[in-house]
Amino acid sequence: MTTRIFGSGIKRREDPRLITGEARYTDDIKLPGVLHMAVVRSPYAHANIVSIDSSAAEAMDGVVAVYTSEDIGDGLAGLPTAWLIPDSDLKTPEHPALAKGKVRYVGDGVAIVLADDRYRAQDAADAVVVEYEELPAVIDPEEAAGGGAPLIHDDVEGNIAFRWVMGDREASDAVFDAADVVVSERILQQRLLPTAMEPRAAMAQFNGATQELTLWCTSQNPHIHRFIISAVTGLNENKVRVIAPEVGGGFGSKIPCYPDEALVSWAAIKLGVPVKWTETRSENYLITIHGRDHVQHVEMAASNDGKLLGVRATVYAGMGGYLSTAAPGIPTILHGLLYVGPYTMDSVFCESIGVMTNGTPTDAYRGAGRPEATFLLERMVDNVAREIGMDPAELRRKNLIPAFEDGYEVATTLIYDSGDYPTAFEKALGMAGYDDFRQAQADALAEGRYLGIGVTAYTEMCGLGPSQVAGAVGFQGGLWESATVRVTPTGKVQALIGASPHGQGSETTLAQIISEELGFPVEDIEVVHGDTTETPMGWGTYGSRTTPVTGAALAHASRKLKEKARVLAAHLMEANVDDIEYADGSFSVKGSPDQAQSIQDVALMAHLAWNMPEGMDPGFEESQFYDPPNFVYPFGTHIAIVEVDADTGEIELQRYIAVDDCGPQINPEIVAGQIHGGVVQGVAQALCEGAIYSDDGQLLTGSMMDYCMPKADMFPNFELGETVTPSPHHPVGVKGVGETGTIASTPTVYNAVLDALTPLGVKQIDMPLTSAKVWGAIQQASANGGGH
Amino acid sequence: MWPNKFEYARAGSVDEALGLIGDEGKFLAGGHSLLPVMKLRLAAPEQLVDIGGIDSLRGISANGGLTIGATTTHAEIADSADVQAMCAGLASACGQVGDQAVRNFGTIGGNIAHADPASDPPTVLVACGATINIQGAGGSRSVGAEDFFIDLFETDLEDGELITSVSLPNCSDCQCVYVKFPHPASRYAIVGVAVCLKMDGATCAQADIAVGGATVKAVKCAGAEAALAGTTLDDAAINAAAEAVKADIADWLAGDIAYPESYRQQMAGVFLRRAIGAATG
Ligand SMILES: Cc1cc2nc3c(=O)[nH]c(=O)nc-3n(C[C@H](O)[C@H](O)[C@H](O)COP(=O)(O)OP(=O)(O)OC[C@H]3O[C@@H](n4cnc5c(N)ncnc54)[C@H](O)[C@@H]3O)c2cc1C
Repeated sequence: MTTRIFGSGIKRREDPRLITGEARYTDDIKLPGVLHMAVVRSPYAHANIVSIDSSAAEAMDGVVAVYTSEDIGDGLAGLPTAWLIPDSDLKTPEHPALAKGKVRYVGDGVAIVLADDRYRAQDAADAVVVEYEELPAVIDPEEAAGGGAPLIHDDVEGNIAFRWVMGDREASDAVFDAADVVVSERILQQRLLPTAMEPRAAMAQFNGATQELTLWCTSQNPHIHRFIISAVTGLNENKVRVIAPEVGGGFGSKIPCYPDEALVSWAAIKLGVPVKWTETRSENYLITIHGRDHVQHVEMAASNDGKLLGVRATVYAGMGGYLSTAAPGIPTILHGLLYVGPYTMDSVFCESIGVMTNGTPTDAYRGAGRPEATFLLERMVDNVAREIGMDPAELRRKNLIPAFEDGYEVATTLIYDSGDYPTAFEKALGMAGYDDFRQAQADALAEGRYLGIGVTAYTEMCGLGPSQVAGAVGFQGGLWESATVRVTPTGKVQALIGASPHGQGSETTLAQIISEELGFPVEDIEVVHGDTTETPMGWGTYGSRTTPVTGAALAHASRKLKEKARVLAAHLMEANVDDIEYADGSFSVKGSPDQAQSIQDVALMAHLAWNMPEGMDPGFEESQFYDPPNFVYPFGTHIAIVEVDADTGEIELQRYIAVDDCGPQINPEIVAGQIHGGVVQGVAQALCEGAIYSDDGQLLTGSMMDYCMPKADMFPNFELGETVTPSPHHPVGVKGVGETGTIASTPTVYNAVLDALTPLGVKQIDMPLTSAKVWGAIQQASANGGGH
Repeated sequence: MWPNKFEYARAGSVDEALGLIGDEGKFLAGGHSLLPVMKLRLAAPEQLVDIGGIDSLRGISANGGLTIGATTTHAEIADSADVQAMCAGLASACGQVGDQAVRNFGTIGGNIAHADPASDPPTVLVACGATINIQGAGGSRSVGAEDFFIDLFETDLEDGELITSVSLPNCSDCQCVYVKFPHPASRYAIVGVAVCLKMDGATCAQADIAVGGATVKAVKCAGAEAALAGTTLDDAAINAAAEAVKADIADWLAGDIAYPESYRQQMAGVFLRRAIGAATG
């Protein structure tokens, strides 16, 4: 018996180079004669630029040039917004690479300095004198959309960039008017700073003779970067090569094409020497996209006996000073379509208003729109439970969609692929000992201790997605992937993929898929990604799509190769193709097992092509374009148990149980790693992370001294469980798992804390639940007469 | 993360260091406060005089009291049996500074010269009546810790003066603790409370109390001390001290966007209770 490689928790193959520091990131690449770019950034959130005096900077040692938007002129087109939500009256204000006349958030680029040394570049940037006329700023999206807020772009009336409506308002009103119970809450989805471990970086080199531009950059999607860089520079796309070398995490923040990538490209073309820029962490917090930033007015309708009838929300989504690459799609398509969750709820309505503010632009951050939806849904389910006096787990149980294997259409028009929510739900409750906990909670309360439990049932759509859907919802690209499985004469495999993993472990997972299909040992399979010249076209790594979409492309390409191998093996063994049996990388003839050809033998013979069957081409390589027929819908139930210290407001997360179903697990260790990381990021939103601006638009949480990153000692050991419900439309049945942890964990922990605080009379606290806020809420509630 | 240009020199002796330091120079000890502010370009000294190689500034001697050289690291202080015996609160405070890497670099002299209000060691130094020993071009002088700390990042130190050591009375007959409520982001103190109790049987003969983190500088808390002195540390006395401490620090409160002054002031009361509990437990 051989161990199956599919399903085996082998160690991540990328880790040795990562943990020994041998990985090569963009900043590690040194080119002779490189110039360093420093960007002069606006210290104001909103201001007119009166004048820029760069003479002192230009005179400094080592400074080659200082450029402003005037120097660039039409040398760079504005950065495009690439998700044009239809029927939303979308405005796409110009986003110049350097501000023209006006700055719109702290960090907006005003000028660039190019010098022979990074320190000198920074010194010179400090010496550029910019005179500003400060304007009033607005940060809160609801305030920015209200009348009387400062206008941020002249061509975006009322600061409203789009207004997207999902569902029928009148039908929703009718459900709510007739319902026994309606609960409501104003939910703040605070701004989050993605904080990838590697800050962004970009380096460009231009060959004047061939007119070829090479751009190394921190990208989750180098093919999209090529597309956009070619568009903004005017170079032919086939003259632009984008290389994402090792990329140290992204969480969505390395999807967009930023001004900085365009600026190094332009400067390299202009000066004919390579130009490099590497972000500092302070810059990272100011200029790399932020996530979330919603003000949500949410209502849920239910019957007295606990039937969930409908949900509706008005969402003010802060877009920041400009519309980032995919920004409009996040609080709309990726958000509203999740409003049903795992429940049999028939009425949904969402009005999502994208609002320009003087904050840093927002865009996709791990989960992107779906955490914001799952949170509001789960929060409202708990509110309904409290309102009707039903246990929140029981209320969820009553409303879960029953198990289905192949398609279930919900009120948001999505067709969920497969699911068995009740099984995952009961498994998680069992692991938590839910009923016993309720007793322990009551006992603790009698001693004056405040324990709480939160339960989240979730499903989400990922594995983005069918390209036809992408087109229908205004995404300016496809959402298929392509891959090539190339076998060398000695039987070693190169898998070339268009997606661009950056920490997920896909080099391991994808190799396991190929190994499972073709029998090559994992060690012999190299996954090649990140270079637009070496790899076939693909739309990138985000939306938990690399395993579902690229994985499917690789499975199909492998199957084509296997078919070729079977025919060739039959020919070589002078057997009938129908008599060929395949097992563990070896083809044999039925009935005579000693006659066999290994996959390596066949690969060699295909390369030599000395003896090919009639009509078969030489070589051993297959490619596949794969456009998924539907999204995949992982699901599960997460449970958190917390204790609140009423004296200080501190929260101790005592237990965290996660039962997730992502179909068959290719590598359980990697799945666990994704869930761990996702849970940590989601819990951090509930408990500690949050970007805070002053009223005049200064980022007050500009470093990790103030912006609270989660730390390992905040967490218990996670208790993971799984159920396995294959996706019916995927060749190996897998669903994505990169974002589920983040999607499920925020409401889980939030609801657990509010459950603990119920006896004290606390009903709502804005995230993050810092001890100061929790303590303040307890004081406030006790001043108002306390709990019951 | 790109500091301005500076010159660097390494001094072999205190005299050499005092000779090297110019008007725009700064002493460099562990660098764990100075280099971050330089990288952020919040400080731009033209010259750094590294005092890390001056042997006479480093080490702990126990001779009736404690004398701790300025460049002794937090880790050395935390691990010192003498400090644990003679001022357990200081060993505890130094052991709670940052993480192990920070404690291996950061020094007590650098810590108090920097005078970050959220630092840990100053709170114990003020509670326990430490003396800061200073040397300048004009000679040497000593200042009590309470007078040394003046305000946010402000001390009695004149430009060009060097802290050579910190002296502490022997407190081995006291119950001396430091209790910290760490800021979840930075892990500096939201509130730090140092309590040093001299017990006479069941009666508290003397209480020395200081609060940091919640305040612009470590503050000696006379009201809370008076509430405890002469009592058996019964509930009424502890309640009174927990109230009094809030008044003691009322004029010196500090806070940040997430943990405002009002909250820290209340927490000083909570953590004073915990500190008394730890001292007597
Ligand atoms: C990640 C991190 C976490 C931290 N967490 C904590 C914490 O939880 N609690 C805490 O208390 N501290 C914390 N610190 C600060 C740490 O304690 C520092 O080491 C200390 O504040 C400064 O000591 P240093 O030796 O590094 O001084 P340096 O950075 O070298 O110098 C600091 C200042 O003091 C001056 N100076 C240094 N030595 C002398 C001297 N002998 N005489 C006169 N002036 C001098 C310097 O010129 C400079 O202005 C943390 C630091 C970091 C980087």
